[in-house]
Amino acid sequence: MAPIDSDDNTTAGEGEELRAGRRRAARYVVPVAVMGVAAATIGLVPALADSGDPDLPKVTAEQLIEKIAKSDVEQLSGTVRISTDLGLPDLGGLESGLMSGMSGGPGPGGDEDGSAADPSAKLTELVSGTHTLRVAADGPDRQKLSLLENAAEYSLIHDGKDVWGYDSESNEVYHATTSGSAEQPEKEVPATPKDFADQALKAVDGTTSVTVDGTAQVAGRDAYRLVIKPKQEGSTVGAISVAVDAETGMPLKFTLTPSSGGAAVVDAGFTKVSFAKPDASTFDFTPPKGAKVTEADEAPEHGRKAEGGLAEEMDGLKGTDGLKGTDGPKVIGEGWNSIATFDTGGQGLPTASAGGDLGGFLGSFGDQVKGDFGSGTVFKTRLVNALITDDGKVYAGAVTKDALVKAADAAQ
Amino acid sequence: MSRADTSRAGSPRAGSPRARVSRAEAPSAVRTPSPLWSFGLLRSELLITFRRWRTLALLGVLAAVPVLVGIAVKIETSDGASFGGGGGGGGAGPAFISQISNNGLFLVFTALAATLPFFLPMAIGVVAGDAVAGEANAGTLRYLLVAPAGRTRLLLTKYATVIAFCLAATLVVAVSALAVGALLFPVGELTTISGTRITYAEGLGRALLIALVVAASLVGVAALGLFVSTLTASGIAAMATTVGLLITVQILDQIPQLDALQPYFFSHYWLSFADLMREPVYWDDLVKNLGLQALYAAVFGSAAWARFTAKDITS
Repeated sequence: MAPIDSDDNTTAGEGEELRAGRRRAARYVVPVAVMGVAAATIGLVPALADSGDPDLPKVTAEQLIEKIAKSDVEQLSGTVRISTDLGLPDLGGLESGLMSGMSGGPGPGGDEDGSAADPSAKLTELVSGTHTLRVAADGPDRQKLSLLENAAEYSLIHDGKDVWGYDSESNEVYHATTSGSAEQPEKEVPATPKDFADQALKAVDGTTSVTVDGTAQVAGRDAYRLVIKPKQEGSTVGAISVAVDAETGMPLKFTLTPSSGGAAVVDAGFTKVSFAKPDASTFDFTPPKGAKVTEADEAPEHGRKAEGGLAEEMDGLKGTDGLKGTDGPKVIGEGWNSIATFDTGGQGLPTASAGGDLGGFLGSFGDQVKGDFGSGTVFKTRLVNALITDDGKVYAGAVTKDALVKAADAAQ
Repeated sequence: MSRADTSRAGSPRAGSPRARVSRAEAPSAVRTPSPLWSFGLLRSELLITFRRWRTLALLGVLAAVPVLVGIAVKIETSDGASFGGGGGGGGAGPAFISQISNNGLFLVFTALAATLPFFLPMAIGVVAGDAVAGEANAGTLRYLLVAPAGRTRLLLTKYATVIAFCLAATLVVAVSALAVGALLFPVGELTTISGTRITYAEGLGRALLIALVVAASLVGVAALGLFVSTLTASGIAAMATTVGLLITVQILDQIPQLDALQPYFFSHYWLSFADLMREPVYWDDLVKNLGLQALYAAVFGSAAWARFTAKDITS
């Protein structure tokens, strides 16, 4: 960048030119130094801010689980970052198209479009990608959950009898009334680390090892790390780690790593949390002028299946009730390795040869497997795998492909 | 322009003494700092910049954007339907557009969201790219340096002028949008995107804050433009390069495979100004944006300084 002077080759000028050139080059040290300092700051500050694991009195796993159970945090506000990577093919826009298609099915009144503010449709978005949520709670009657989007926000507000969903992007409002405070709308889809931790702790039984693995700092608070691991081979779940606030017993961070390694399948944690009473105005909501309000009873009954979403995936861990909706699923195996199986009674999937284009398309998402049971297709995510045999039997669970084939062989 | 490029090849003896003189002068200028004199330079720079037809035309175009958006929304919603609400087509168009028909103040946010990706930085690129290279092109740069200002101070003055233009351009958009919004649409209490309500006065306060944040978001492009401007003696080349870089970065910011790099693109956090409309305000991205702009200003500002103070000025 330094100017290249000289076609002029006189020796007298050369020494001076060289010096001047050096002086010029020296000035560029400044921007380079600024960049260096910035890079060092970006690299080092997180490392320095991490003041190491806090010193906390030792507890056993049982004590810690009890602490979680006894935790009675009623007032909190905070920011949650949640990343899910189920290894589903990234369908991008197509995915949201499918979602809206699901939620926008024709309703009773022939009304084609569902409300963009319908919570079930909206929170399904959490199933993939990284999202930032804000949560606030003040007792069992008042909660708020906001999904932060680009220059928009989706808020779900529970205030006494009213449940409001507000989508600021489309300026649409969804309104439902609950009979009492018993129903907590937030719990339809697990979003906070506590929801996930509750699900995981339900799974704790004889086939599980639960240990306390030191301490950690989460959102500036001291926490114990509870690690839940399946004892058996064959599960796709590697480990579940829950950071539990030392003071309140509130789960602050939940991480599920698959046994195949790699990035966490679910990683939900507070980045900021406060246990002070949130401002009362947080839970006040009046539909803005001109907003389109959809009442829950008027809203077409739709997309209820989508609502399960992540919850189903979580339940699927135990295989037991992940497939509630279908007729008579049987459960093979126990604990983490349980596999739900049912007979569709049908033909199985159309294969590439038999089903033409559609078969080929579906087949491309799955792996063809063969065994004593015959042959079938395995559909894989990073957590839940499903084997659909050619004679129409379905085996699904949070287990590896081999375990599914073995189960199918055994059932033969 | 070619003259400027080839002039470097001219006799170094002719170039060096001049460079040496001005470098020797710089300390003396520092020793006798006359703030009044500096202000005089800044004032004359500001007057020259804001009196140019080119600048006025740019500001005029920027002022027209909210008018167009406002009229479009007014026509769209004249039958009583809310914008985008009936068709379920929310998500199309710039942020906040669905709320304009309910509260004119939202036109300010929509107009800023619509102009920030291209219009505003393009205007900044034109002014910043022209700052030094334009003078060189017109042959007036050496006369500016004859005055005992020192190159550093001249550069700072130029940068201050560009920053002033950032602020002016943003405010032109905001004020025009505010006026059009108040004329065409109802105003009053407004709902934040988190669903809470704030008074109109507080809304105005937030609008001002947003305008300031948007202006600050342009500081990085301004520094980049100034640096490019010191590299060449052709004003057009500097403007084209700056605007080209701007468009390139905007495109790269859309490519998902580059997500590891994207947080370092100056435009990456631009739309974070919308976070000011949350309740409570979500500061994380705003702070990142301002930090990033400061970093760009520091890096390219100092690079511009390194280039400009060591450059042979021959035109």
